[in-house]
Amino acid sequence: MQALRTNEAGLRQDGRMERLRLFGLSSPALVLILVILVIPVGWLFYLSFVGSDGHFTLENYARMVSQRSYFRIFATTFRVSILTTALCIVIGYPLAYFLSQVPTRVANICMIAVLLPFWTSLLVRTYAWLVLLQSRGLINTWGISLGLWHEPLPLVYNLTGTLIGMVHIMLPFLILPVYGSMKAIDGNYVKAAANLGASPRRAFWGVFFPLSTPGLFAGALMVFILCLGFFVTPAVLGGGKVIMVSMKIVSNIQLFFSWGAASALGVVLLVLTVAILWLASRLLKLDQIAGRGH
Amino acid sequence: MLRWFRSPATDTQITHGQRLWLYIFATVVMILLLTPTLIVIPMSFSDSKYLEFPPKVWSLRWYAHYVNSPDWMQATWTSLKVAFLTMLVATPTGVLAAYGLHTSRFSFAREVFVLLITPMMVPLVLVAIGVFYAYVKLGILYTVLGLVLAHTVLALPLVVIVIGSALRTYDMSQENAARGLGAPRWKAFLTVTLPQIRFAVVTGALLAFLTSFDEVVVAMFISGGNNATLTRNMFNALRDQIDPTIAAISTIMVCVTTFLMVMVQIFGQQRKPKA
Repeated sequence: MQALRTNEAGLRQDGRMERLRLFGLSSPALVLILVILVIPVGWLFYLSFVGSDGHFTLENYARMVSQRSYFRIFATTFRVSILTTALCIVIGYPLAYFLSQVPTRVANICMIAVLLPFWTSLLVRTYAWLVLLQSRGLINTWGISLGLWHEPLPLVYNLTGTLIGMVHIMLPFLILPVYGSMKAIDGNYVKAAANLGASPRRAFWGVFFPLSTPGLFAGALMVFILCLGFFVTPAVLGGGKVIMVSMKIVSNIQLFFSWGAASALGVVLLVLTVAILWLASRLLKLDQIAGRGH
Repeated sequence: MLRWFRSPATDTQITHGQRLWLYIFATVVMILLLTPTLIVIPMSFSDSKYLEFPPKVWSLRWYAHYVNSPDWMQATWTSLKVAFLTMLVATPTGVLAAYGLHTSRFSFAREVFVLLITPMMVPLVLVAIGVFYAYVKLGILYTVLGLVLAHTVLALPLVVIVIGSALRTYDMSQENAARGLGAPRWKAFLTVTLPQIRFAVVTGALLAFLTSFDEVVVAMFISGGNNATLTRNMFNALRDQIDPTIAAISTIMVCVTTFLMVMVQIFGQQRKPKA
């Protein structure tokens, strides 16, 4: 009996060693992420608290509160992110609904319109918008030659151009999860609602829409988070008029070599991102609990 | 046609006619989604210095300009080399990580998984300046090694997610059976498990290649000199002027990525069991 028990304990220990060895297989990936990502970002975190004299300071953070230009940058970042997310919802949700309602064969073909931009390089699409929107670009040339307007419209190098470019780039990130959650809805629910006398509108808003919100929530969150840290499109299409946090970070490094200021901005951006993700995951959990209660 | 308008589109008795606004809206949005991606293709074959559509005179002028430019060729070569090496490093590393995490079943596996996908959540600009700072200290700024390491970290989350989800649908008892019959674990993995998740491995590898090939922000900081990437040069050219050469390069990039993604779709389809 005694021998048997030690044998069992030994086996359990062997199993644990085996599992540890297996876990060790993840170590190359973890070491890479640690060395290339976690330690450098941690170092930036440290730098953000060091002043030019090498001592601890909060001046890099104080500047963000005291200087109006920084406040404006954060306000712009949030305004662009919120507007982009809202436009993506307004444009993307009906398209996802369309895709979920048409026969699968049609949906698969239409899906190309969502997937082709999705995998095309960001730079290529930003460049294309530059070509389309500039004062001598296609849209202005056509608009003027058709007599729709007489002066070239300022469509690019401003907020308008930035929003057009960003909405185009972010749309697939919204459409794909929304479409996924719409496809998962059991059509019988809507049928039951109609059967019980709900008008099509009522059946949609009362049954279909609430069931599609997990995808909508996930997609909107994804878009918003990506927008907060976006760099390429606002840098090219904003023409220096739309300055977002990421652009300020880059110019702090490339033009002013001020690591402290850039790091502090980066830390704030990261904290904001993590806070939003954390908050969203809490809300989502609450949502699931509430959902289960029904 | 009229009958189609009046026919019900759904079980809630809404007709196609009442849905017409949706069909029109969706068509317009799909055209707007496709146009900017596709319009550069005909424009790249224009003879004009100004981008025009449709081109008045067709020519391969900008392609010739691209191919004959040592700078663009150098950048293309660097991008391809870095993307290929990233794929070679990220795929096995990611497969090992996903397999280790899946089989060891520790209670903290979830936290480790989150750590593995952090590169997706940290704003790219922050990754870029962090890596830039680290590379200055390590002396590997503007090197292929540095680019490959940074891009591998960015590609790892995708590989881990793709392989992880393949392993979850894979029946591990097959590997256990092989081991029960005397095969060592590595052999059981290579001969039994790996062949069955091979489509996920190929998908992960292609995504890793694409991640590196398309990456701009990090490359902007840590690539340069003889090792400037294509995206870095394109970004700089975009800020300066609208050079039609970029339309030619864009066309080539659209073709390359479309080819890779069609491969991903094909492999992805084969992975799913036929119902």
